[in-house]
This record gives sequence, C-alpha cells and structure tokens, in this order.
Amino acid sequence: MNTRATATLHGWLLLLPAMACLALFTHWPAVASFIDSFYSTPRGRRPARFIGLDNYQQMLADPIFWKAMSNNLWFALGTVPTSIALALLMAVWVNDRILARTWVRMAYFTPTVLPMIAVANIWLFFFTPQYGLLEQIVAFFGGRSTNWLGSQDTALYAVTIVAIWKEAGFFMIFYLAALQTIPPSLGEAAAIEGASRWTYFRRIQFPLLMPTTLFVLINAMINAFRMVDHLFVMTRGGPDNATTLLLYYIYQVGFSFWDTAYAAALTCVLLALLALIAFIQYGWLERRTHYR
Amino acid sequence: MDRREFMTGAMALAGSVAMPALARAQQAAEISFFYPVAVGGPITKLIDAYASGFAGENAGIKVNPIYAGTYQETIVKALTAHKSGTPPVLSVLLSTDMFTLIDEDAIVPFDQFVKTDEDKKWLASFFPGFMENSQTGGKTWGIPFQRSTVVLYWNKELFKEAGLDPETPPKTWAEQLAFAQKLTKRDAAGNVTQWGIQIPSSGFPYWLFQGLSTQAGAILANAAGDKTDYANPAVVEALQYWVDLAQKHKVHPTGIVEWGTTPRDFFERKVAMMWTTTGNLTNVRSNAKFPFGVGLLPAGKRLGSPTGGGNFYISKKASKAEQEAAFKFVRWITTPERAAQWSIDTGYVAVRPDSYETAAMKKYAAEFPPALVARDQLPHAVAELSTHENQRVTKALNDGLQAALTGTKAPQKAMEDAQAEAERILKPYR
Repeated sequence: MNTRATATLHGWLLLLPAMACLALFTHWPAVASFIDSFYSTPRGRRPARFIGLDNYQQMLADPIFWKAMSNNLWFALGTVPTSIALALLMAVWVNDRILARTWVRMAYFTPTVLPMIAVANIWLFFFTPQYGLLEQIVAFFGGRSTNWLGSQDTALYAVTIVAIWKEAGFFMIFYLAALQTIPPSLGEAAAIEGASRWTYFRRIQFPLLMPTTLFVLINAMINAFRMVDHLFVMTRGGPDNATTLLLYYIYQVGFSFWDTAYAAALTCVLLALLALIAFIQYGWLERRTHYR
Repeated sequence: MDRREFMTGAMALAGSVAMPALARAQQAAEISFFYPVAVGGPITKLIDAYASGFAGENAGIKVNPIYAGTYQETIVKALTAHKSGTPPVLSVLLSTDMFTLIDEDAIVPFDQFVKTDEDKKWLASFFPGFMENSQTGGKTWGIPFQRSTVVLYWNKELFKEAGLDPETPPKTWAEQLAFAQKLTKRDAAGNVTQWGIQIPSSGFPYWLFQGLSTQAGAILANAAGDKTDYANPAVVEALQYWVDLAQKHKVHPTGIVEWGTTPRDFFERKVAMMWTTTGNLTNVRSNAKFPFGVGLLPAGKRLGSPTGGGNFYISKKASKAEQEAAFKFVRWITTPERAAQWSIDTGYVAVRPDSYETAAMKKYAAEFPPALVARDQLPHAVAELSTHENQRVTKALNDGLQAALTGTKAPQKAMEDAQAEAERILKPYR
C-alpha cells in the first residue's frame, strides 16, 4: 500500500512540470478566453461587464466572419487533399531507387524548413504581375497577364498554392518513414505474383499507410486553420477580405481593433471547430483504419 | 539583429519590468523608449546615438531605446505592456493611433509639461499639417517625429521617350490621365508592357486614396474622430477617377496594386509614374538606374495629400519624474538642427519649417532638390484618416476601396456600404 502510494506520488511528480506548462499556457488561456467571450471589451475607464451571448450574436451578423469561415473552408478543401496526395506521390517516388535520391528528398523537404514569412516573400515575387516568375512563364506561352494576388477571383487560390507547396514536403517525411517500415518481402512477393505497380500500391502500400494517413490528415486539417503567416506578407486578407482566414481575422480583431472580447468569442468558435475535427477523426475515422 | 543587440534588448526588457521601483528609489529617471524598427540597420544606430548624446548632456536621465518591430507590433507590445502595468515611458507610434491610445487611457497630453514661453514656442513650431493628427479636444497628445507624405515619382527617361517634357510632372488630374495615356505601352498582342501610372492599393489603400479624396475637395473624418464622410459625392468622384484609370482608360493595372512591389515596378520601368511615400526617397535614389523626378501630387479641385508616420507619446502610467524626463528628451530631439539632420539621414520629412532654414538642410537640398518636395506639399496636406476605433473604421474604407478596384462593387455602392459600417462603429462615441 505504502509503496503504491509512493509510486503514484512519483508518477504525479514526474508529470507535474509538463502538466503545469500545459495548464498555464494552454488550458488556462482557453478557459479564460471562453469566460472573456461573455463579457464586453474593457476600454480605458470602462471595465468589462457581463453581456451574455452578445458577442456571439454580433458574430452571426458579421459578414466578414462568414466570409472568413467560407474562405477557410475552401482553403481547407484546397490544401488538405492536395497536399496529402502530393506528399504520398513524392514519398513513393523517392522511396524507390532513383538517381540522386538524397538530393530529391532534400529538395522536396526544403519548403518545410524555410520560415513562412521568407517563403511568402519569395512567392510574392512569383505572383508579381508583369515580371514575376509566373507571369514570365504565362507570357512565354502567349497567355494573358493576370494580377494573381490583386484579383478577388484568384487571390485565395494563390495563397492556397503556397500552403500546399509548404506542407507537402513535411507530410512526405512521415510517409517516407512509414514506407520504410513496410517489409520488402511484400514487394518481392507481389513481383513474383506479377502484380502491377499500381495494384501493389493500391492493395498493399496504401492500406498499410492508413495510420500515417490519419495522422497526416489531422495535421493537415489543423494546419488549414492555423497557417496564416503568409497572409501578412502576401495579401493582408485582401482584396476586400477575399483571403481573410479565421485565425487572421482573430488576430485583426484582437490586435488591430483591440476588441479583445469579440476576439475571444471568435477564438472559442475556432477551438470548437478544431475540437470537432479532432473528435471526428479520432473517434470515427480511426476505427476504420487498418492496422493489419 | 545580432546577439549583442538581442541581449541588450532582452536586458532592457527585463529592466523595464524590474527597474521602475529601483529607479524611483534612486530618484534618477531611466526611461524605456519603444521605437518601431523591424530590422537593425542605420536607423537603430541613429537612435542609439541620440540616446547616448542625450545622456551625455543630461546626467541622471537615461533613455533606453527598445526596438519593437513594425508599427503594428510596437503598438501591440506597448498596449499589452500598458494593460499589464509597466508600459514604456515613451514610444513612437502611428499618429493615427492617437484616439485608440486615448480610449485605452494609455497616454497623457503634452500640455501639462509645456510651462515656459520657450516651451510654448516649441509646441507652435511644427508644421500645422502634422499637428492635425496630434491634437484633439484642444489638447496635444503626440509630437510629430517620423513623418511622411505621399508624392509623385516619375521616370524622366520614359517621359522623354513618350515625347513629354522630362522636367514637368502632371499638374492636374486631367494632365495625369493624359500623360499616363501617352506613357502606357502595349505589345503586338495587346498586353501592356509599361503602365502609365500606379497608385498602390494593398494593405492600406485608404492612405493613398486620401490623396485623391482630398484633391476632390473632401475630408474623410472630422477632427473629433467620431464621424466619417465616406459617402460624400466628392469621395465617390475620387474613387471613380481611380477606378477609371484602370478599367476605363486602361493606363493603370487592374485589381489590387501591391504597395511593396510598386517601387520595384518603377525601377524595372514597368510603370512610368508612381504614387508612394516620401519615405521611399532614399530607396528610389539608390535603386533607380535612370533620372527620376519627385513632385507634388496633381491637383483635382485643389492640391492635397495626407500626412503619415509616427508621433511621440508619453505613457500615463509612468511616474511624474519619468514623464518629465521623457518630455525633456522629446524637446531635445526635435530642435531644428536635429530634426533637419534626422530628415537628411532617413528621408523622413523634417517636422518643423525652421529645420529647412538650417545650414545642413540648405546644403543637402542644393545637392538633392527632391528633398524639398515634401515641404512644399505640406501646406496642402491634411491629417491622415484617424478616428476612434481607428483600424476598424479604416478597414471599412479599405474593404470598400478594394471592392471597387477589383470590380465587385460600383464606387457609389462601395462608399455607401463603407459609410454605413463606419456609422455603426462610431455611433457610441458621439
């Protein structure tokens, strides 16, 4: 009994530093934001007062919030499947014995290592009208000049492409690691049986990669709501909110408008959304994942 | 930022947390000074030199500059520090943040420090155009320091090629359009290879637009900062002119023109005339491989341009002694000679007319006449758009402008929507 109590105590003591950090920097701010979202923003001599659901009602009536939500949805739909598919393709390719394999792997991984702000500045040049890289390519094939970041029709696609480019290499690393745990005997057996490359991928590799796909999917979804750094450099949410994503809007409301209470309410919505996604993925998708 | 700078920054930050009690005990004022510089370089060196120069002349007062990033990052840091109780004693923040800072109860007016006749003379010595953004309700809340205005840059070579006099910029809206038409070049397929004019519209289009709206005879917000006039017919007319340059006359790129790459477009000869800040003067001077001119913005019904840039603010939560020390430093750094030297070193506008009478400035202007354009424009300059809940009210206008420029809303509708949104936000402040 005594030793068991000591062991429990030891266990808790070992957990304490991590728990304290987590509670202090994650759980408490989340709870505090939740509480703040029911109060008005304190300004100067006017302290915060309880206003119930007013902030949430304001949100329902706020066109920019809805614009940010729908943008974010398209951004997620654009980035998640594409970057995962691209990552898988690259991983399968660089897993084979190809020429200069290490170099190709490194080239694919480079975007991940670069800081997002630097990346955004590079892409800003790619998208620049008239003499930007993209324009030069389009002009070479006789296409018309496009103001990629300056038009409401193309700006969101442009920032989506940057996100895909940035993420795919990162996810490739996970797939690559997973591919290397697949026993080579499976591939040899498939070859003896005369299975095609595609059949081998579809029936053997892809099912065995499912746990990795789930992990990558969750990360990709979270990133779709978290990756906004490039917006600060490339569009600042414009033109006319065409590229405003939810987190960017939260930053704007919180630190440009100083409407901290409304920002707290928006944060709660984002948290709830992310919690829902995680719940669906872990609770439902995971049960359908092969671990054979 | 090298490691040493980081260390001093970190120590100064730690100092600003730990020092006040100690400083008060010793009765020696040590004032923390937030300054908006994103990267190291010449400006941090200049400010450091000012701080140590001041310390040399004023024993017992030590100014600790803390480089806090962009304007936006600096105000975030300053206001967060204010809310947690230990704000910087002195800071340079956007002049347009005045109402925000007043509403947050974060700053004190300068009037209480102005006691002697000499002080009063000093307060009256700044360009009135700059003071419009520094005063409200009969009090002076900010002192102009790092200020700028919008001017027209043109490429003299391209003017010559187009058969225009390279020494004469357009003087009116009609001339500006006519010149731009001559300066726009297309290739055989009809693609534009050189635009006549660019007025940037990314990020903060309201600032450049304020040039147009002022020229059209409108003032976007009242001095009390609680009412905007976005739907004024003159404002709509100004926006229509801008939209027409792109969509009707096709002498200006369509959609949003990026602020950051516009000078580059100018260097690459992709555009013959551009509107941008006087703060780009040094940049253009060192990067343009062709002779260029700098001129006043063309006139509509009148000449006009907004001012811009940063003011000194003194924190309300600082001790009396610290505030007095900060005031002393502000007075010291804005003497005519220092304001002139600051302007020469950085390209910002010298904030007072008598700076332009100093020997150093006269010599500089003789070598580089464009340095005087900003001064010549200032008598026609108006306050940069600034209201209560400034960034939110400004965003309403930005969104409307971008909607019109990208063709999703007609100028009239865009400005009416922006005005309605601004009304909604500002109503509680009246």
